[in-house]
Amino acid sequence: MSDTKESTLRTTMAKALTLGMRRAMSEDRSVLLMGEDIGSLGGVYRVTEGLKADFGAHRVRDTPLGEAGIVGTAIGMAMRGYRPVCEIQFDGFTFPAFNQITTQLAKMHARTNGDVAVPVTIRIPNGGVIGSVEHHSESPEALFAHTAGLRIVTPSTPQDAYWMIQQSIACPDPVIFLEPKRRYWLKGEVNLLQPNTPDPFSAQVVREGEQLTLVAWGPLVPVAMAAAEAASQDGRSVEVVDLRSLSPVDFDTLEASVNHTGRMVIAHEAPVFGGLGGEIASRITDRCFYSLEAPVQRVGGYHLPYPPAGVEEEYVPDLDRILDAIDRAFAY
Amino acid sequence: MTPTENTSGKPEPTDPHDARATAGTGAHPATVESTLPVVGLLDETGARVQDSRFSPWIEDLGRQEIEEIYRSMLRARRLDEMATSLQRQGQMVLWPPLRGQEAAQVASARALGTEDYVFPSYREHAVILERGIPAEEMMTQFRGHTASSWKPSETRTQIYSLVLGAQVPHAVGYAMGITQDQKLAAEEGQNPPPEAAVLVYYGDGASTEGEVHESMVFAASYDAPVVFFVQNNQWAISVPFSTQSRVPLATRAAGYGFEGVRVDGNDPLAVLAVTRWALAEARQGRGPVMIEAETFRLGAHTTADDPTKYRRTDEEQLWAPRDPLLRTRNLLEREYGAEDVWFQGVEDETSEWIKATRAGILAGGPVDLEQRFDVVYATDHPLVAEERGWYREYQDSFVEEDNDDAADASGPRGLGREEQA
Repeated sequence: MSDTKESTLRTTMAKALTLGMRRAMSEDRSVLLMGEDIGSLGGVYRVTEGLKADFGAHRVRDTPLGEAGIVGTAIGMAMRGYRPVCEIQFDGFTFPAFNQITTQLAKMHARTNGDVAVPVTIRIPNGGVIGSVEHHSESPEALFAHTAGLRIVTPSTPQDAYWMIQQSIACPDPVIFLEPKRRYWLKGEVNLLQPNTPDPFSAQVVREGEQLTLVAWGPLVPVAMAAAEAASQDGRSVEVVDLRSLSPVDFDTLEASVNHTGRMVIAHEAPVFGGLGGEIASRITDRCFYSLEAPVQRVGGYHLPYPPAGVEEEYVPDLDRILDAIDRAFAY
Repeated sequence: MTPTENTSGKPEPTDPHDARATAGTGAHPATVESTLPVVGLLDETGARVQDSRFSPWIEDLGRQEIEEIYRSMLRARRLDEMATSLQRQGQMVLWPPLRGQEAAQVASARALGTEDYVFPSYREHAVILERGIPAEEMMTQFRGHTASSWKPSETRTQIYSLVLGAQVPHAVGYAMGITQDQKLAAEEGQNPPPEAAVLVYYGDGASTEGEVHESMVFAASYDAPVVFFVQNNQWAISVPFSTQSRVPLATRAAGYGFEGVRVDGNDPLAVLAVTRWALAEARQGRGPVMIEAETFRLGAHTTADDPTKYRRTDEEQLWAPRDPLLRTRNLLEREYGAEDVWFQGVEDETSEWIKATRAGILAGGPVDLEQRFDVVYATDHPLVAEERGWYREYQDSFVEEDNDDAADASGPRGLGREEQA
């Protein structure tokens, strides 16, 4: 595209994902989509809307209702040379496929001593605060991050959604692609010519600051940005890092930031115990021990099953709870 | 069944320790008697049985092919015996014996065409040999030397799968890929790719796994060219078949909307005929098909198992006359006048092969752990690179210590270094 007018587009994250998949499917006929209700309906979040009409039912496959079957057959199609993109309808429904994801998809390359690659992308609408019923609001990233062989990314903007879905599909490794479902309608600019980073498995500093590094990803990035703005009114200069890739974690970017700021707060929707924040805190403490002014602070969900929607806003970190964690970091 | 004398020297299991006594009997009032006949082309004496539907599928089979089947089955049996003893000698970490299932495996694998693809479970040693994979190579996984033993990309045979039933949806997906190839070729006006089908093995125990059910549904929904080959060897470790199912497994196929065939799994001619037919059905778009090969695991589940704790020896004796090697020998004698000297010749050449194979198996050693860092991901990964550095640094610390030792021979040695030496 040479016309600069067409080089950017303002759209929602959901539409950016659709556009990204459309482009991946146009450029590579081995790409196909699989999932429940993704065809004529366009998915329960309409992320695949229009793709079946354009590419046909053999490339946008409405599957029978079975998550293990979706992921298991996607692995088989990848063995045949295809690049399946599976949609799991909600985070909490990933678990019927958990065996296929962790014992098969993640390990196939290692189990075959590098002979068989399985470039499967699994799209999962992720996270809470959507006012829904049980199993519709979970954040299972740590379970996947603990499994060698998987990569995990999560965009927080339409720009990243458009590019990272394409980069995930092109990746020869399996990728868990977490879509922050409460941000599907978040609008933003998409640069159709260039991604933010050529490597999607990297973090980005999205707000520069001097006194504290605030790490967030997916749905909490906008909350983290708001918290940084609020903190600045208290005279605190907070740097915000959008982690983007949850496996691998871009520790170099985090380390550089903390060596500069001396403090770190990690915010995620998932429960704190056993969460990704613990691993980040530990490794950053190792790497930045002499730069740290305070222990790395974490803020996240409690050690509870995700609560009923009526009280979910007390469970998921909001602006005030992130500010509280920032206060804790400054108390040392 | 008449109980026969217990020759094992151990007490027979008695109720309630006999697993069959506490398992479902299949006699529930809602159980519909299966009307599916068991296809057999040989009786227990090795005499031919005619079957109007399946006999034509082995019309081409002559003495030479039957001799090859016999030779393959004998090799598999002797290899199995050797592997079991190697495990007892501490040379193998585990071995799942196939004794009794040679016909089901050899004959089904011989039905495969050059474009077909195989997904085994973990006991299909005779299938693997039929695929041209050397026995020495096949053993490396059970030696604990490699994660898996052969390259799917070179053998059109996937690696063994030890999570029960997990390979079955892969086989269906692979078959969906075959039809996808055809659709894309048609879309682009290209010549159709060669016909192909997928043969996937699993057992009566794995048939209960949810993924196997989902596989059946997906295969039917997408008309996948896949043949489900279930070796019903009657026992899932200690749990008898009656606990897995009230009905023969092949009858379940009808519930998914495709054909299921029961076959005498110890009759190599019937297995070959039925599998040839099923693969042809699948290749021509009339699949999927399920085959239930009724057989019996004459040995233990694995070398870690003890069948005397859960099943009667009379059951083993009941199956003894149906031994696939015996029946094939009877066929060769009856139909072609094969003599003892020929059988002895095959036994002798198999012994020679076993001797050479054994040496080859024992010659190998385990992969370096460091190589495992290379294969976790297909592309560079900073976490793996960092932790590989930790591993390297730790290992190298012993090399330095060893160098120190050279200067001071009485100095302490690192444990890791001793293990390496």
